[in-house]
Amino acid sequence: MLEVDDIHVYRGRTYVLKGISLRVTRGEIVALIGANGAGKTTTLRTISGLLHPRRGHIRYRPEADGPELELDRLPAEEIVRRGISHCPEGRGIFASLTVRENLLVGAYLRRDNRGIEDDYRRVCDLFPILGQRAGQAAGSLSGGEQEMLAVGRALMSRPRLLILDEPSLGLGPLVVETLFATLADINRRGVTILLVEQNAVMALELAHRAYVLETGRVTLSGSGEELAADPEVRRAYLGGA
Amino acid sequence: MTAERRNTAALRFVLPAAAAFVLAYVLQTVLDDYVMSIVNFVGINIILAVSLNITNGMTGLFSLGHPGFMAIGGYVTAILTLPAARKAMFLPDLPAWLAGLQAPFVPALVVGGLCAAATALVIGLPVLRLKGHYLAVATMGFLIIVQVLITNWDSVTRGPLGLNGLADLTTVWQVLPWVLLTLYVSWKVKFSSLGRTMIAVREDELAAQCLGVNLFFTRVLSLALGAFFAGVAGGLWAHLVTAITPSSFSLIMAFNIVVMVVVGGSGSITGSLLAAVLFTVLTEAFRPLEEHYGLYGIGEILMALVLILILIYRPGGMLGTREPRFLVDDDG
Amino acid sequence: MGGGYIAQQIVNGLILGSMYALVAIGFSMIYGIIRLINFAHGDVVMIGAFVTLALMQVAGLPFVLVAAGALAAGAVVGVLIERGAFRPMRGAPQVTGFIASLAVSIMLQNLGILLLTAQPRNFTFPAALQKVINAGPVSFRVIDLVIMLSALGLMVLVMLLVKRTRLGMAMRATAENLDVARLMGININRTILAAFAMGSALAGIAGLMWGGKFGQIDPLLGYVPGLKSFVAAVIGGVGSIPGAILGGYILGLAEVLFVGLLPPIYSAYRDAFVFGTLIVILLIMPNGLLGSDKGERA
Repeated sequence: MLEVDDIHVYRGRTYVLKGISLRVTRGEIVALIGANGAGKTTTLRTISGLLHPRRGHIRYRPEADGPELELDRLPAEEIVRRGISHCPEGRGIFASLTVRENLLVGAYLRRDNRGIEDDYRRVCDLFPILGQRAGQAAGSLSGGEQEMLAVGRALMSRPRLLILDEPSLGLGPLVVETLFATLADINRRGVTILLVEQNAVMALELAHRAYVLETGRVTLSGSGEELAADPEVRRAYLGGA
Repeated sequence: MTAERRNTAALRFVLPAAAAFVLAYVLQTVLDDYVMSIVNFVGINIILAVSLNITNGMTGLFSLGHPGFMAIGGYVTAILTLPAARKAMFLPDLPAWLAGLQAPFVPALVVGGLCAAATALVIGLPVLRLKGHYLAVATMGFLIIVQVLITNWDSVTRGPLGLNGLADLTTVWQVLPWVLLTLYVSWKVKFSSLGRTMIAVREDELAAQCLGVNLFFTRVLSLALGAFFAGVAGGLWAHLVTAITPSSFSLIMAFNIVVMVVVGGSGSITGSLLAAVLFTVLTEAFRPLEEHYGLYGIGEILMALVLILILIYRPGGMLGTREPRFLVDDDG
Repeated sequence: MGGGYIAQQIVNGLILGSMYALVAIGFSMIYGIIRLINFAHGDVVMIGAFVTLALMQVAGLPFVLVAAGALAAGAVVGVLIERGAFRPMRGAPQVTGFIASLAVSIMLQNLGILLLTAQPRNFTFPAALQKVINAGPVSFRVIDLVIMLSALGLMVLVMLLVKRTRLGMAMRATAENLDVARLMGININRTILAAFAMGSALAGIAGLMWGGKFGQIDPLLGYVPGLKSFVAAVIGGVGSIPGAILGGYILGLAEVLFVGLLPPIYSAYRDAFVFGTLIVILLIMPNGLLGSDKGERA
């Protein structure tokens, strides 16, 4: 579905991604793990068009039997239109907008008002707290609620591929547990997920496959279980021997 | 630094300085008074641009208050040098100690500069807590407030009429030493630990703070230093034009000095110098065009256009923050 | 100095305040969306005034069309300024944008001088609009009433647009976070352009009002409304539209009362007073009365 092929990305003058390749198959949950500064967020931002690679390609096939698109020169707003929804680092909710407005902004490109209302109700079923707080300014939500809002907002564009950047950041263990269960649920309903996580234990448990990034390169890849069992990974990211 | 290197460093300054004096002598003998006055304007604009560069360029404090400091220096110098008889005529309400005083030009200029610097200290303490464009707006406010105060403080400034018939004390032999002093001090500052601190503040405030740099002190100091030379330039300016009015020191003037610094490259002393020369010569070249064809405003329009184009395509200006290679040590 | 005098001053302050508020809204919208202090905003007022003059006195169009023309002219100028100067330098430090806006301002003023000369021109509205209404202790012209009411109407319209429409939602989202707005599929270039167009349209119509109120216009007239509305926006909290409106009325009233109630000698210090207030507010109350973004100024 998504194929990242040897991308090289600069941020200003800093050479951040030094040839990253990875692929996401339809229906999968794929995790990127690695230390701070390894290039995880930059990879996601390049896929969703906020950054552009100096070299390399990103190919994306929205429909299993449809044509393939080159994403690496498209601006971010065009990429959303093609079914990739990116839930950014630090959640990026619009604090001064109401909860409901945040969700509606998520459906900004859609014109089917009835469908939008349906999805709005569906998101409120998934995260009931959002429905209860609909009229409140999003900035007044707690951290966990904001994360739910960010995920809900990303779902409002009806994505085929959902990109999540550190969804567990700053959340208590219980909230993370629920959140990850919901993500698994979303995936079962047919949304492919690519996520970046600091919390490698949880990420490897949830993901079908994962990539380990180090200083702008992919150093390891494999299924969730394989990586969780790998001694190198255990030492570096899972905090155990 | 070895003795030999110190010698080359000294030579780097002494030689151009000597050359400048020779050039000034040649110009003085060859050129008529009108062209010579343009040469003096070039010098004054160099002082203005290079001194604003200390504040705007090196420390990154975008001040639009420079003409305000010029006005303070200009008025102080003018009042100090004014003969007692003229003072009695222009400013009958002047306090007695000031009314009887007539100072020679150079001390008057120094006092004017010091008054400007002292004002910079006073306004810097509150205003330098602001950053970026808010600092620019606040310094613009300072400029307008200075204008209003000068316009209304009749007993000392003669109000909107200003002071005219000032002695034409500003010769190239007055301007050139001040130009050289401004360049020398500015150079010393840039390549000293203070200068490196200033640039550190400009590049990364947080990092500079972590290194234990006293941000606030550095900012106030750079504003005051720039203000001193602006004040001196104001005094020179007043005695070159031989008149001074509150409206001379306008926002347009602030804008023009900013253009020089940005075009030259914020932080580059050589850049400010070159841009000041270019600016003055071009303005003079445009004047006949405006007057002949009635194209008033065309000079300002082009100046504004050049600035916008530079900000878009070459925000570092001609030289960025650098100086030409032949003027600096590799490790400097 | 009776109650009638004060009531009259308050009416004058409200008229002046409605114009400041209109200009301040645009100022605040543009600041809100890209954190740019657009110093050239006041010069759009000047252009609106000259377009009004041309359409009304030269072309002789009916008043409604003249007003539409002033709005449209403001919008067009705003769009040109954004495309020509500010978009190419987006992402540069804030102060770069401010300096560029100063350059744009100087350019517009001098274009005015070049094309129209610095000579002030008289601005005469149709007699029907000049008629004086006496209401108890206060009196004002029809045009003053038109200014106040149409300003109010435009304010309500803009607030509804920003609060209730899809474009308004996109503008608010873009103002909060450019990158995340793009991730939602919002074309931020178009949204920013819309903010410039709307804000500048209000400045354009304020030019019509300015001419109507003061009866004389020249290419440098934008300086005063530009500065005053900036101060108004800061008082209300830059970036907040209700704040800009509140600030506009406060400044209009304060200024008229300051000049009207204090001995005349003080009115010479009016500009110093306005700027002094600005600096003090920036220092002690950087978010104004209704603003919210924290820690950007101090």
